Amino acid sequence: MLTDLILSFFITTMNVVLISLITLGVIGAVAAIILFVVAKKFHVFEDPRIDEVEAALPAANCGGCGFPGCRGFADACVKSDELGDLFCPVGGNDTMAKVAAILGKTAVAQAPKVAVVRCDGTCEHRPRYNEYDGVKHCFIAHNLYSGETNCSWGCLGFGDCELSCEFDAIKVNPVTMIPEVDDDKCTACGACVRACPKLLIELRKKGPKGRRIYVGCRNEDKGHITKKACDVGCIGCAKCFKVCPHEAITVGNNLAFINDEACKLCRKCVEVCPTNAIKEINFPPRKVKEEEAVAAE
Amino acid sequence: MKTFRIGGIHPAENKFAAGKKIITAALPGQVVIPLAHYIGTPADPVVKRGDIVKVGQIIGQASGFISANVHSSVSGKVVKLDVQLDASGYKRPAVFIEVDGDEWLETIDRNPEIKRECTLSKQEIIEKIKAAGIVGLGGATFPAHVKLMPPPGKKAEVLIINAVECESYLTCDHQLMMEHGEEILIGVTILMKALEVNRAIIGVENNKKDAIQLLKKLAADYKGIEVEALKVRYPQGGEKQLIDALIRRQVPSGRIPVEVGAVVQNVATTYAIYEAVQKNKPMVERVMTITGKDAPNPGNYRVRLGTYLSNVVEEAGGVPEGTGKIVGGGPMMGRSLMNLNIPMAKGSSGVVFIRDAEAIRKPVQNCIRCTKCVTVCPMGLEPYLLMAQSERNMWTEMEANRTMDCLECGSCSYTCPSNRPLLDYIRFGKSTVGGIIRSRTAK
Repeated sequence: MLTDLILSFFITTMNVVLISLITLGVIGAVAAIILFVVAKKFHVFEDPRIDEVEAALPAANCGGCGFPGCRGFADACVKSDELGDLFCPVGGNDTMAKVAAILGKTAVAQAPKVAVVRCDGTCEHRPRYNEYDGVKHCFIAHNLYSGETNCSWGCLGFGDCELSCEFDAIKVNPVTMIPEVDDDKCTACGACVRACPKLLIELRKKGPKGRRIYVGCRNEDKGHITKKACDVGCIGCAKCFKVCPHEAITVGNNLAFINDEACKLCRKCVEVCPTNAIKEINFPPRKVKEEEAVAAE
Repeated sequence: MKTFRIGGIHPAENKFAAGKKIITAALPGQVVIPLAHYIGTPADPVVKRGDIVKVGQIIGQASGFISANVHSSVSGKVVKLDVQLDASGYKRPAVFIEVDGDEWLETIDRNPEIKRECTLSKQEIIEKIKAAGIVGLGGATFPAHVKLMPPPGKKAEVLIINAVECESYLTCDHQLMMEHGEEILIGVTILMKALEVNRAIIGVENNKKDAIQLLKKLAADYKGIEVEALKVRYPQGGEKQLIDALIRRQVPSGRIPVEVGAVVQNVATTYAIYEAVQKNKPMVERVMTITGKDAPNPGNYRVRLGTYLSNVVEEAGGVPEGTGKIVGGGPMMGRSLMNLNIPMAKGSSGVVFIRDAEAIRKPVQNCIRCTKCVTVCPMGLEPYLLMAQSERNMWTEMEANRTMDCLECGSCSYTCPSNRPLLDYIRFGKSTVGGIIRSRTAK
């Protein structure tokens, strides 16, 4: 009697287990078939070269190339016929050569660039006349007024460029309140160029041995207004324009501009600039002329 | 007593210059008349260096739909056309005139007698207001004639005169009502004629009881003009807030007041319109308040446009010791000035000296989600959220959260217990989103 009861209980339990197993098995099989069919039907073909190119890129995801991240750039490289317009500023010519080798295309070598800050309005050169008390953010200060000095074009010094830099290459000097670029770290990705509300930062040719000449000012006010506001502002006197043998300098809106493609780094303009607005970077110290040396003695 | 329904605060009133008679400031030696206003395109100069001008002569021609004529406020010689740092914090074009005597144009009626009858037609009135370069004197300096020409298909039903003066410290509108109540009411009838409405409401906050009494007495002689006392609440002087307070209608997001049938004009503008239409006098001077807790001589001054603020402040007793900030306009919506060598413009309603201790911004702390800013926002926005989005450059989300509706009244920053710079970030976001919207519509 008791054994019968146990037996029938055992059989019912087994049935339940069996039914569950079979049902789940069938559901699993159907789902697997559906997933298989869907995966086949909607398969997205991705060029395996995209992965290869991405592996060759520096993985900074800075957006300096103009594409959303390194994968976006890799995708663009694979899809385009030529690599002419595509350039990874972080990796430079070496990376582009690797990419070209993977894709069997030819890369166009570009001169390495670096960010330059076109303002030298340090506390010494450009006195502060009022104190900004609001949010310490260049964009917000720029939205409110022209700044703590009388120059409404110059650097505000709150460091939006520093915040935007992913490579730790641009830093606001706490003494001068002007950002300084570290040539070795700067990749010319252009993040600081976009971050500056005063449009002071420009990407320029790095030049041989990092030597470069540029006008360290963006003030378009008339000469006397600029001169009153800042000791080292460009007053638009055009002396540099006249002396330049390579036609690299243009003057407009009371401001000089040196074209880095045409500039041959002869430094004649630096000598004639009455306000020292033209900056020379990484040049060896000038040889003192003999007469001057004698006079100095 | 009526007031607007959403948000609002009540800062300390500090109206030290209330009841002080309007003093006509001395003529300065030189004036610098800005050609640009806070809103709209700058006027084109029509004088050149060396020209001799008289008071009321046009020197800048309006150069667009939202732009206003500029007139010489003094007689003398144009010294130069140059840029001048103005209250906006930037250098903008201005006309420099050296003062020589005080010769007015013959067409201007300088007789103080009140001229009541106005026989001009609607179009003639609007033309006269436009020619006189009248702009909204509440601070936004929106050209007054543009408001009198509603877009086709829209019809104004009621004219609202903004005599609220909800900003603390400022008293110039109050004093103007006390001394020129009659002229203001004639100005209202002129505006009613120009808009073809037969109802006008003058909204005055209840801290100006004498002005309410006076205007009520005077308005009894005019048909259709009501004077309404309003509960003291900031920012009641905002156009949309005042409409809500007086006629209980809400202007939809992104629309203009005439869509709910109301046109709002400031009380000082109304007085200027009276002078322009009845006396042919263009916008050459305005009343401004010089005040502050330690100000030696808080008072209301009638000042020629283009006078350096330093001249007026000198006349009012100079800058008091221990001043930390000088604010151009009211303390809530005004801007702190970089220096006093700034010419007064059509929108300069006052100069307020803020004490050192009150001027300093307190250290910013974290948001504690108390939602005080949400409670006080008169536009029903969420300032804490907008600030967070502005910090993270989330412009699309900011636009969806109606950042463009913000009237920059500063109630959120005022009330924040963590001293967060809510308005600074929202204003930044607003200007960026505004730029995005403009470039989108331009396409």
